[in-house]
Amino acid sequence: MLSTLQPPRSLTLLPFRRLHGSKTIASLASASSSPTLDAAASVSPPPQSQILATRRSLLSGETTASEIAKSHLSRIRLTEPHLKCFLHVSETVLKEAQEIDRRISKGEEVGPLAGVMIGVKDNICTEGMPSTAASRILEHYRPPFDATAVKRIKEMGGIVVGKTNMDEFGMGSTTEASAFQVTANPWDLTRVPGGSSGGSAAAVAARQCMVSLGSDTGGSVRQPASFCGVVGLKPTYGRVSRFGLMAYASSLDVIGCFGSTVADAGMLLHAVSGYDRFDSTSSKQDVPEFESQFLSMDSFESKPLKGVKVGLIRETLEEGVDSGVRSATQEAASHLEALGCVVTEVSLPSFSLGLPAYYVIASSESSSNLSRYDGVRYGNQVMADELNKLYECSRGQGFGGEVKMRILMGTYALSAGYYDAYYKRAQQVRTLIRKDFKAALDQNDILISPAAPSAAYKIGEKKDDPLAMYAGDIMTVNVNLAGLPAIVLPCGLVEGGPSGLPVGLQMVGAAFDEEKLLKVGHIFEQTLKGSGFVPPALPNVA
Amino acid sequence: MSTTLLRTIQPNHFTLLGTALFRRNRTTTTSRHISVRCLGSQTASSQPRTAPKNHGSNKLDEILRDYEAVIGIETHVQLSTSTKAFCTCPNTYGSKPNTSICPVCMGLPGALPVLSSKVVDFGVRLGLALNCGLSLKSKFDRKQYFYPDLPKGYQISQFDVPIASGGYVDVDIPLEFGGGHRRFGITRVHMEEDAGKLLHSDTGDYSQVDLNRAGVPLLEIVSEPDMRSGIEAAEYGSEMQRIVRYLGVSNGNMQEGSLRCDVNISIRPIGQAQFGTKVEIKNLNAFSAMSRAIDYEITRQALLYNQGQADQIVTETRLWDEGAQKTVTMRKKEGLADYRYFPEPDLPEVILTQEYVDSIRASLPELPEAKRRRYEAMGLGIQDVLFLANDVSVAEYFDQVIGKGADVKSAANWLMSDIAAYLKNEELSISDVKLTPQELAELIAAIKDETISGKIGKQILFELLAKGGTVQGMIKEKDLVQITDPVEIEKMIMKVISESPKQLEQYRSGRTKLQGFFAGQVMKMSKGKANPALLNKILLEKLDAKE
Ligand SMILES: [Zn+2]
Repeated sequence: MLSTLQPPRSLTLLPFRRLHGSKTIASLASASSSPTLDAAASVSPPPQSQILATRRSLLSGETTASEIAKSHLSRIRLTEPHLKCFLHVSETVLKEAQEIDRRISKGEEVGPLAGVMIGVKDNICTEGMPSTAASRILEHYRPPFDATAVKRIKEMGGIVVGKTNMDEFGMGSTTEASAFQVTANPWDLTRVPGGSSGGSAAAVAARQCMVSLGSDTGGSVRQPASFCGVVGLKPTYGRVSRFGLMAYASSLDVIGCFGSTVADAGMLLHAVSGYDRFDSTSSKQDVPEFESQFLSMDSFESKPLKGVKVGLIRETLEEGVDSGVRSATQEAASHLEALGCVVTEVSLPSFSLGLPAYYVIASSESSSNLSRYDGVRYGNQVMADELNKLYECSRGQGFGGEVKMRILMGTYALSAGYYDAYYKRAQQVRTLIRKDFKAALDQNDILISPAAPSAAYKIGEKKDDPLAMYAGDIMTVNVNLAGLPAIVLPCGLVEGGPSGLPVGLQMVGAAFDEEKLLKVGHIFEQTLKGSGFVPPALPNVA
Repeated sequence: MSTTLLRTIQPNHFTLLGTALFRRNRTTTTSRHISVRCLGSQTASSQPRTAPKNHGSNKLDEILRDYEAVIGIETHVQLSTSTKAFCTCPNTYGSKPNTSICPVCMGLPGALPVLSSKVVDFGVRLGLALNCGLSLKSKFDRKQYFYPDLPKGYQISQFDVPIASGGYVDVDIPLEFGGGHRRFGITRVHMEEDAGKLLHSDTGDYSQVDLNRAGVPLLEIVSEPDMRSGIEAAEYGSEMQRIVRYLGVSNGNMQEGSLRCDVNISIRPIGQAQFGTKVEIKNLNAFSAMSRAIDYEITRQALLYNQGQADQIVTETRLWDEGAQKTVTMRKKEGLADYRYFPEPDLPEVILTQEYVDSIRASLPELPEAKRRRYEAMGLGIQDVLFLANDVSVAEYFDQVIGKGADVKSAANWLMSDIAAYLKNEELSISDVKLTPQELAELIAAIKDETISGKIGKQILFELLAKGGTVQGMIKEKDLVQITDPVEIEKMIMKVISESPKQLEQYRSGRTKLQGFFAGQVMKMSKGKANPALLNKILLEKLDAKE
């Protein structure tokens, strides 16, 4: 069954194999061995797009959408007890799949995402389906409308498998701040999947769904992609409508995409991108047809990225970054060089200012955005005999600790007398960061850095040390402050867990130039020798 | 919002978490006044001045002479756009609660505001009409506070960069209040959204929220503290009402809360540069109430000053109690409210091009002040001028009548006396009457060239007002042409005289008042058509003739 659905099969048939048996770094393409384009030499074939495979197999009649749906649902049933990626699994998956099969059998047209199983982060509204942002205050809330991104997915035939777990309202880097459950990292069940889109990342890594939507305010797509060994794509601010995305920090929030390949993340992005009249911050920039970038390996030239200028951000390889991560990044740089890129080091002088500025701006905006959760119109309301008590109790019991902390920080930063010292200052830093990125991107086509200072850490490890957790966002927050697109894709493995832990490489591009990121990312991925970055098999899951 | 988005919202089932929103502690009153009881929206100029009560003595006048009031006004104008400011819900008044709502104006998670360009149009129009400078680049900010009628927990408003600022408005003070011309400064005009309404249960046990008004666009106009008396403030308010009505940006209706004025007032001894403690007065439902409330407040504060109790004047919000005709404390302000304003990240900056501003400027109608000066230049008295320019539809009507060549003073008279009385009796507005400006001009002309008498004119006026038709048609149909033939009039006079020998005798023995009786009889005989001047001239000749 499902011969074309490579992921579940590869998961069961191709359990992870360690390439370098020793304890050393685990970059799959070591600096010494220049990458060869000979696929036969690699241990496993390069990862294949599941979206394209699904489309091919459905149209050829090789399989049906119902079969695909059943296999994913059964996989979810088997793996969920270990992973807890989903807060809600849709009850209509099979019905929607049958409708696609019916259309195909009648020779009717189906959309480009027909039969594609898509996970949706729980802070993205899905009509009639619970959408809680993993918060107690929205428990059982079902929105009366689809987010624009979800609407577009559905229009293209995509099937929403369910709502994925996350840190409450996107505030966190581990998915431990969910009010409902802690998601495990498929590579090591004792570790966090990253966050805040941990459920979306882990679900794709574990092949519970093919692709998924997340949201990225300060790295919430890219860091979990790195932790879970999948591709995470954070588009330019304004590329994807935020309508229906529950706001955390409006000037930073973007909806992003996860896939097990660059092509999948790119094709999902294409589906959800474009101007939306319901979001006045969405851009009218044209969305190019990314698909033409995803050529098969056979058509690559010997130096397929010849002349592409790559800037390695110096500040991202300094102190505080794990040595394994550092060497994996350097090896990735060497791999890019081997593909024809010109890699040089660049400096972003304002880099270290980004983290505090980010936390001031994000907290300030969140303190305002979360004011609407007052228990008056929807969500959990605690009855009280007096108005302030109603607010106090509804919000006090509805919000978790991390959310309360950020509301307090943000309220403080916006208060009279502190506004200039915090919020205004942070905005000035933001301008500096934008300028530095612009200068670096004027000299380079893309910039690279690690996606996170370390691989996935243990559940509970940083729970009581928020500053340590915040520090983990250092690689990603600047990109949000600058509003730029970035992609994270697995580039190597470090020690840890039963079979190593993935490390992600971040590539940052110029505004609205996702196309270049996808092109470089795709070639990088397809030429990286060795692994499809498939996590080890779970206990009792065949 | 499109209807598909609303598919699963059942407006009538939307009862906001059951009926009881929150139980209110009976001992505490709500901190904000919600329902606005309204009296009327007459302009101040039509209201008699009410002297502050209980202090009618000359002594009070003396005390008042030593102080000067400093008055500034914040006016909220609800715009008559077809949709709300940031969503496509219809902007209607008086619908069933929560029937004009959508995810955006309900503040549902994930919903985003999208600015209606009409709001900017109206803001620019009003800014220009108030002689303001426009910000070619302005922005929206969030004003944050919690209240159940505020769905998002913040109001989208404009904080440090309003769309318009630094203007002025000119008003004429009616003669009965001393007359004269005043210019009051306008600090700023900014765009914002309205909040919903709380509906309190009769028992006071619970409150419900109606969000129909949430998100309705407002323009807030802040004046300079340039007014010095209740009447000046009321005139300022009525001028705002006239201007928004002239511009068509709002119906300016105080009863519906489409125009709301909050007054800031302090007094200081004359000669002192420093301002006194500022008190805010709310719940002003008519300009006459505003005038009375301010005069009351001036008196209250002056007496406190005079009695050495100036420290009892504190920063507070007071309500005008229409029944008691006094202001009462609503809430004392404890420190400054911190609204934590910051730029609204969901909305881009509002950029105006000069070209756009110019096109709006070119489309502005003649404004009340220009109209008043024009009417004055035409030779009308200030009373007439104020009356005619007060109501934009009356002014437009008047302009059309004189545009047809009618005599200016006659047109003004007809409008101010008989037509005004008719409208008042029938509770109609000028736009309801069937008489067209063209026909009123015809009527005036027919009287002037003596085709019909003034008396006949009045008779057919009411018919024309109620049923329409043409003056010429009516004259023909009813055979109303004035009798100006002396022979015919003399015949009727002779007949009346011969039929009233007793009255004639009395007249001739000195009771000359009886001339009126004879004139009346003749007019009656002519069915009102006799030319009155001619009638009286011939009648006198006959009555006084020695026989
Ligand atoms: Zn609405």
